Amino acid sequence: MKVQLFVTCLGENLLPHMLQKMVGILERIGVTCEFPENQTCCGQPFFNSGFQKKGREMALRWMKAFSGTEGHIVAPSGSCLMFVKHRYPLMFPEGTAEHQEAVRIAGRVCEFSQFLVKVLKVTDLGASFPHRVACHSPCHLTRGLGVRDEQRILLNAVRGLDLVPLNEEETCCGFGGIFSVAYPEVSMAMMEAKLRNIAASTAEYVVVSEPGCLINIRGGLQKMNSNVQALHLIELLAMGGAA
Amino acid sequence: MTGKTARIDFRANTRNVPPAMVAATQKSARTALAKRADVVREFGEEQWQLLRKAGHDLRMHALTHLDEYLALLEEKVTAAGGQVHWARNAEEANRIVLDIASRHGVRNVVKVKSMVTEEIELNHALEGRGIRVYETDLGEFIVQLAGQRPSHITAPALHMTKEEIADLFREKLKVKTEPDPRQLTEIARKLLREEFLGADMGISGGNFLVAETGTLILVTNEGNGRMCTSLPPVHVAIVGIEKILPDWDSAAVMLKLLARSVSGSKITAYNTFITGVREGGPREFHLVLLDNGRTRILRDETARETLACIRCGACMNICPVYNHVGGHAYGAVYPGPIGSILTPQLLGTQAAGGLTFASTLCGACSEICPVMIPITEILLHLRRRCMEGDELESSSAPAGIRAAARALQYVMGSPALYRLAGRLGRTLLAPLRHGDWIHRMPAPLDRWTLSRPFPAPQGDFLGWWRTRTKNTGHGGTSHE
Repeated sequence: MKVQLFVTCLGENLLPHMLQKMVGILERIGVTCEFPENQTCCGQPFFNSGFQKKGREMALRWMKAFSGTEGHIVAPSGSCLMFVKHRYPLMFPEGTAEHQEAVRIAGRVCEFSQFLVKVLKVTDLGASFPHRVACHSPCHLTRGLGVRDEQRILLNAVRGLDLVPLNEEETCCGFGGIFSVAYPEVSMAMMEAKLRNIAASTAEYVVVSEPGCLINIRGGLQKMNSNVQALHLIELLAMGGAA
Repeated sequence: MTGKTARIDFRANTRNVPPAMVAATQKSARTALAKRADVVREFGEEQWQLLRKAGHDLRMHALTHLDEYLALLEEKVTAAGGQVHWARNAEEANRIVLDIASRHGVRNVVKVKSMVTEEIELNHALEGRGIRVYETDLGEFIVQLAGQRPSHITAPALHMTKEEIADLFREKLKVKTEPDPRQLTEIARKLLREEFLGADMGISGGNFLVAETGTLILVTNEGNGRMCTSLPPVHVAIVGIEKILPDWDSAAVMLKLLARSVSGSKITAYNTFITGVREGGPREFHLVLLDNGRTRILRDETARETLACIRCGACMNICPVYNHVGGHAYGAVYPGPIGSILTPQLLGTQAAGGLTFASTLCGACSEICPVMIPITEILLHLRRRCMEGDELESSSAPAGIRAAARALQYVMGSPALYRLAGRLGRTLLAPLRHGDWIHRMPAPLDRWTLSRPFPAPQGDFLGWWRTRTKNTGHGGTSHE
């Protein structure tokens, strides 16, 4: 099977090692990865900040980068995919070529854990990680895309992993894109509440499978010199396994 | 909201929020949510979703046929001996109430908790004429005594602890009391009992208006609503025109949704139905129907669902932002997610546009709303109004922000410039690095590092990808 990698801005610029691990995992289970090099930003930061016209222009460019390719478009982010899947078709009037293309593209996108569990039916990657792990539920992944079980199914198959409950796991971590710089104090208060719940869970690691939330929570843990480490699901699945 | 258009500075308002207030807010919100979850579970999740859909559709039907139902309502209220008044804005509504008051020589007013009277600052107008106003809902009584504004639409004093309330009672009412809710309630009850009996006029808002019979529905938990609307000789109800329902079948749906969403009750303690003038009740019943910007919202197809709101407060209870800042930070009558979409529409984005950004777009509000208002969608719509401007308002964004967005799009829109910016970023930020982290980023990301360090940009995914594709023949690179 062939997939197109949608690496996202935050992924490409801040989490390139996580992307390399994503490629490693996918290839190990026999998936051919392609990387459309003309992809940049999907347009969400513009659109969500109120610059809808700019968001639409970015969407057109993004669609152009992927339109000649085939297979699922897989990304390590629920937020960027939610934008492509749910927003793109709403951006263009029905009956236009752009709308048709947006609907077609929306049908191809798939978040990483969703792609493994729902498309490939792969739940065990042979990883081993003998630690206590909590799992945060990123808002756009869970509420936006409806990906609620996939993360846990994959984590439960990891050897030695002890999945501990996280209080208020579906409560926002305070990232919110533009929100984090518009209202940094409130963003921090929300992030700290998340960190308190993580600490109370007694987990050694917390899985945060959304680049924005990951840099938020990871930065917060760093700031308070916590021993807990935040990992993208991909980073965890690549550890101790054959990848 | 009479003519006050000073800019609401949400960021300034959220600094120095007392921790005790945040704790009290979170405790009350959590309790309400837990009770709500229980009754929804009992009702059946699937049934509940059907009820929400029905509630949404009923509200939208009423809103898109507002002219017909309001005309029917006026006819029915008048036929039942009531008097209907139309108010285009806060000034007109207040003038109508003051005229009625002066005709009856009113000195003392008792009030049922009402957000719409907060919106038009009716108490201020009455007090300006030397009329004493008593809020009779316990929470509202407390915030009135404290000289504050409600911090939540159904639980006005939710931000206060029992200790603070006891201090307030001792100071303002000169009573001896322990911080005991029972004792505090008893004190308020005794005091208010006198006022109910001596009042010349009762003022209420309204939860719903039923067009087919011309009935005002009031939903309260303390019984004060019934006292205010039955003991004084005159009852004036001020209600937003959007509160209308076609008939009693719709009212049954809405009452089910409302009680469960507000407090996790199957039914609220007191459901009062008032149709015109009835025997043994007030001699006069006046219904003031208020527009105050509502028809303007109605004209906006994307945002009009804002008016479907039944003021249950569930969106506040679930909102992680509200839970960390409390209701007063929103700087207006309606706080929380619903306030973030309603206030900018009532006051304009110039004054209140900042509230549309007071959300992480986490979607919890839209998910819990009993009438399925797409709050995050409306936030995005209003953010656009702030930045780009739309049919209703021109852009209120500073030129600097618009220029920055243009520049950013220029770079992000070109793969070559985008990759160049990535390389430049890695080089230019290198001196700021401490290991994997940057503790102080240049503006505007200094706002990020105010709260947590920024991960130092590293690695080069594209470079890695190209090298490895060349060396191993793995994968493929799709070019256009």
